[in-house]
Amino acid sequence: MSNEIWQDEARSVAAGIRRRVLEHTIKNNGGYLSQACSSAEIWASLYTKILNIGESEAPMIPAPFPGVPGADNENYFTGRAYNGPKAPHLDRFFLSPVQYALVLYATLVEVGRMSQEGLEQFNSDGSTVEMIGAEHSPGHEITAGSLGQALSQVAGIACARRKKGDTGRNWLFMSDGEFQIGQTWEALAVAKFYELDNISVIVDVNGQQADGAMKDVLNIEPLTSRVEAFGAHVVKVNGNDVEALVEAASIQPEGAPLVILAYTVPYYGIDLLEKRSPKLHYVRFKSEEERAEYAEILDLMNKEQGI
Amino acid sequence: MKTKTRVHAKKLVEWAKDKPEVLVLSADLTSNTEVDLFRAAYPDRFLSMGMTEQNISSFAGGLAREGFVPFFHTFAIFIYRRAFDQISMSIAYPNMKVRLVGFLPGIVTPGGATHQAIEDIALMRTLPNMTVVEPGDANEVAQVLDEIENIDGPVYIRQLRGEVPVLFDESEPMKFRRARQLQEGSDITLFSSGICTEEAMRASKVLAERGISLQHMHVSTHKPFNDPAILAAAEKPKYGIITMENHTIIGGLGSEVAEVMAENGVGKKLARIGLQDTYAHGASRLYLMRTHGLDALALVERVEKMVGEKLNITEADLQEVRLNEVHSEAKAEAL
Repeated sequence: MSNEIWQDEARSVAAGIRRRVLEHTIKNNGGYLSQACSSAEIWASLYTKILNIGESEAPMIPAPFPGVPGADNENYFTGRAYNGPKAPHLDRFFLSPVQYALVLYATLVEVGRMSQEGLEQFNSDGSTVEMIGAEHSPGHEITAGSLGQALSQVAGIACARRKKGDTGRNWLFMSDGEFQIGQTWEALAVAKFYELDNISVIVDVNGQQADGAMKDVLNIEPLTSRVEAFGAHVVKVNGNDVEALVEAASIQPEGAPLVILAYTVPYYGIDLLEKRSPKLHYVRFKSEEERAEYAEILDLMNKEQGI
Repeated sequence: MKTKTRVHAKKLVEWAKDKPEVLVLSADLTSNTEVDLFRAAYPDRFLSMGMTEQNISSFAGGLAREGFVPFFHTFAIFIYRRAFDQISMSIAYPNMKVRLVGFLPGIVTPGGATHQAIEDIALMRTLPNMTVVEPGDANEVAQVLDEIENIDGPVYIRQLRGEVPVLFDESEPMKFRRARQLQEGSDITLFSSGICTEEAMRASKVLAERGISLQHMHVSTHKPFNDPAILAAAEKPKYGIITMENHTIIGGLGSEVAEVMAENGVGKKLARIGLQDTYAHGASRLYLMRTHGLDALALVERVEKMVGEKLNITEADLQEVRLNEVHSEAKAEAL
């Protein structure tokens, strides 16, 4: 089919994201590997097809940490420029669970917005490529590490942009865990009340959180009917299917925010990871043997991807 | 004593007239926080947000990122107790130009422990990038908006509503970062803030008559707390320093003065009038000021202790108390 071109590209970017995060995890004996497995197709769809953004305006190798924002810090910058210029007609992208920062950095490398050297700065002193991303980190625009605050911040930005007559959409990547947080529901109520249909949310519903499976920690299902009850336009999709994601993202509801519940498999693409269930939040190898098992998978990926 | 009513309500409408970037966010306390006139005048710039204080704080941060100047109005307690993390991460960290306007400071309300903001200054001043101001009379309630207008970062305003006394000459407006010298003296230096300044002024005349030379400084900027006049006044007195605040003595004005004294090696006695590490309860302002020792008579007692002699001052000697009926215009409406 002639329209398979973008799908191939998106799938290839997703595979590259997974490979880069796996490589990083093996090298550093730790990483947010499960988040890469669950969300690689979401990131790939966003950056290759969904987001209407311009070319990166940021350096390929990220600048060092400029100090915290403040009246006296004229050198401060955010990582927004990796997502292109700010313009009324362009989309904006925001990341809420910044524990996914590693996956976002891998995505930026994969789509040519940051160099591999940038990813190698991950979690090193003085770098902006921080483990838990903040607004100075590449691809980030807000400080969202205290979960549940980004949707409200983006609602404020969306409200402001509507007042200014901007037409671009405001995309937010969220995690399902954030639907345990009261502020998320406050924000949904306000987004519907003010009919902020320029907010589009993609949720990685991987069913995982730090303590284990969400159904055992604090169940939030049925999420579709709960979010619908707050007035959002909800679309439930297979979050590891780039076509389903892109189709859902093409919906532009009127008078309500769009919430795409992307149901994902937390070990998608690396089946071995399933053995570690239900503790998938952060992967640190228990032995050299285990690390070697993952290194074999990486070798296989490298071969498949011609690395 | 002359008073003015609903000063903030009127001033905000006039002040924001040619400032289209100014938005007001209300958490279901619109007339209670005197933004009903703003809502009527500029309905498009008024956002009714319901009781979503955490959401409002982050939402305001988002609005500010796009160039608007949101004024979040609610009772002080619902700002800092409910949404401290959101204020810290969505507003203060990125240094957003958001104004947090908190009403019902300390014991001015009979609303009890749930409505009395007794530790707001302590918490808000710990936040990097945050400015903290507190008007003390009707003119300052109005002037504060001009004084903070150009601060390119978040500001917490501990605001007064309803019927507020006029204590200072309108021609000598509040100055950001500057303490106001109300009286010069050399025996004791008194720093007061908010409604305690009115109480202190009830006592200062009779103290002078009894031969106490009191240096009285009214503080309206809690942070930054670096007016050289504060240190100069702290270095002056023969006996010691008294602070007087409608707030817990931990972390507020008393602590601010103690920090300046210690850092500059001012080795003098410090007595802190305020809530003595306790919550209050629901009762009249007059009753609470007496039982918690926040009034003019409490100041007299502290002065006596500091100078080591009885001054024979009774309640009758003090300037008349300004009485506001619980359901008078002093309150915008019930709570």
